Amino acid sequence: MTNQIYPPQTFAQKALARAAGLDYVEVGQVVDARPDVVLSHDNTAAIRQIWLEFGQPRVLIPDRMAITLDHAVPAPTTKHAQNHAEIRAFVAEQGVRNFWEVGRGICHQVLSEEAIVLPGQTVLGSDSHTTHFGWLGAFGAGIGRSEVAALWATGELWMKVPDTLHIVLEGLLPPGVTAKDFTLRVIGDLGADGGIYTALEFSGAGITALSLESRMVIPNMMAEMGAKNAYLPPDDQVIDYLARRKAKRENQTVSDEIVSNLKAQISNLALYPDSGAPYAAEYHYRAEQLEPYIACPHSMDNVQPLSQVAGTRVQQAFLGTCTNGRLEDIAAAVDVMRGRQVAKGTRFLVIPASSQVLTEAMRLGYIQTLVDAGAVIGVPGCGPCMGNHMGVPAPKEATISTANRNFKGRMGTADSEIYLASPAVVAASAVKGVIADPREL
Amino acid sequence: MQLQGRVWKYGDNINTDVIFPGKYTYTVTGRDEIARHALEDLDATFVKNVRAGDIIVAGRNWGCGSSREQAASCLVYNGVGAVIAESFSRIFYRNALNNGLLAITCPSAVQAIEPGEIITIDLARNVVQCAAGEFAYPPLSPSVMGIVQAGGLVAYVKHKLAVA
Ligand code: SF4
Repeated sequence: MTNQIYPPQTFAQKALARAAGLDYVEVGQVVDARPDVVLSHDNTAAIRQIWLEFGQPRVLIPDRMAITLDHAVPAPTTKHAQNHAEIRAFVAEQGVRNFWEVGRGICHQVLSEEAIVLPGQTVLGSDSHTTHFGWLGAFGAGIGRSEVAALWATGELWMKVPDTLHIVLEGLLPPGVTAKDFTLRVIGDLGADGGIYTALEFSGAGITALSLESRMVIPNMMAEMGAKNAYLPPDDQVIDYLARRKAKRENQTVSDEIVSNLKAQISNLALYPDSGAPYAAEYHYRAEQLEPYIACPHSMDNVQPLSQVAGTRVQQAFLGTCTNGRLEDIAAAVDVMRGRQVAKGTRFLVIPASSQVLTEAMRLGYIQTLVDAGAVIGVPGCGPCMGNHMGVPAPKEATISTANRNFKGRMGTADSEIYLASPAVVAASAVKGVIADPREL
Repeated sequence: MQLQGRVWKYGDNINTDVIFPGKYTYTVTGRDEIARHALEDLDATFVKNVRAGDIIVAGRNWGCGSSREQAASCLVYNGVGAVIAESFSRIFYRNALNNGLLAITCPSAVQAIEPGEIITIDLARNVVQCAAGEFAYPPLSPSVMGIVQAGGLVAYVKHKLAVA
């Protein structure tokens, strides 16, 4: 297979060509893609109901399925418990090995930690934030439940090759400005529909300088712009992370030799856009010109500089979710909380994105510091992100959160407000009881 | 195979709320009842006058907004044969084809087609024929055509598994 004879291609073209077993695909072409991984979570039982209509005794692709119980864990009601029980029975019956129980963590975080998805691969999931996997250079897109059922049954699904927008972050983010702020700024500028049916590619020194955990924030949130997928070019750090974790999951000793073999295999899979690829539009950002931002109620593109919103009363601060519930996020909160207390009249919930994050946070003493400061620690999982259970705000209350969505009623109460910000801003707001700038504490 | 029908023409950025109002998404469930509310907040004459086989022709970003599948199925239940648009929102596009509704992206045809005229979609040759001439559109993959012809994704997969 040679690339030379084809015109320059975007990442999305290359990834979907590979998933469809073709040498080359055009933008706009519809292909039959065979994803490497099919993700579902607490909605697995509902998908099974659709799948049953097919009358198939066994799913076709048990080894490509990945199922995590994360959305309402541990089960808050009998109905939720029944749902989980149905999923466990299905997983056992169908021999799905990639299954993670209640408490292991949020699907996107767990699949990342377990190196289930690799660069250049395609992951489709019945979760809108499946765009997450772009952090490691995979093609990740959210799909509907009947589409997941069809994938279980046939292993393939039609995909339209999207147009691509290219976003370049030049320079380095100043202290106190995070990947979350950059992401909010992009959504604010391009609008909640700015990326509909398009692929996004990010590049630039500002992107490669980010930690791996920070990189995850960007593609995760691009779902909020309607994007199909979002891609960051995988570098050696990404490949090293995946190689070590894959070795561990496969019970290999994490020796230098095994890691370097795995790294060679994984980097062979990686796909990069060609120079001169056909972008529908290109946007350039100067990192030095960015500042902390807040997405204000009730839409994702209602983005204001922190300075404009500071002082707004909040009754609840929430640190967690697949967007910002990782170790560095908790570390950023700990830096703010050390020697301080959560404000009277405000609650501070901290929910690690996974059991590994929780373990590390305990080992480093972060959890102790947070509990001493008056924070409440929850079980790894989605927590109050989508209002299923726990941490539901009362009517008229305002929450500041590290999550990715601030729609009216998202956290379970329509008559309440959600502000989205970076972890340090959420922690500072917990200390002050009003939206606050951590640099001014 | 050919599809022939009368044109209902609409503009850009028509969202799912005017195609099928959000207030009905959980309360209106029957096929006929869903059909009755199609395009309710866009064109009150539509439901009264639509005939089986009619074709919707629209501008950019048809079906933007929510992911509700009824935005596609309410058209299917009224017998709409196809939607031709300059572009579709991603989720509407998927919902349409997965519900057996042909969705064709063809900006040049949209520019040329007049409201109310009778047009033909030639599925074998991938062209739209109207008074102003003939316009080619990018072909759908065979499996997507299979989905549309089977009447939707679930029916398609059922059929595929039954013959396998
Ligand atoms: S944390 Fe929130 S956004 Fe992420 S998967 Fe869970 S519910 Fe969805």
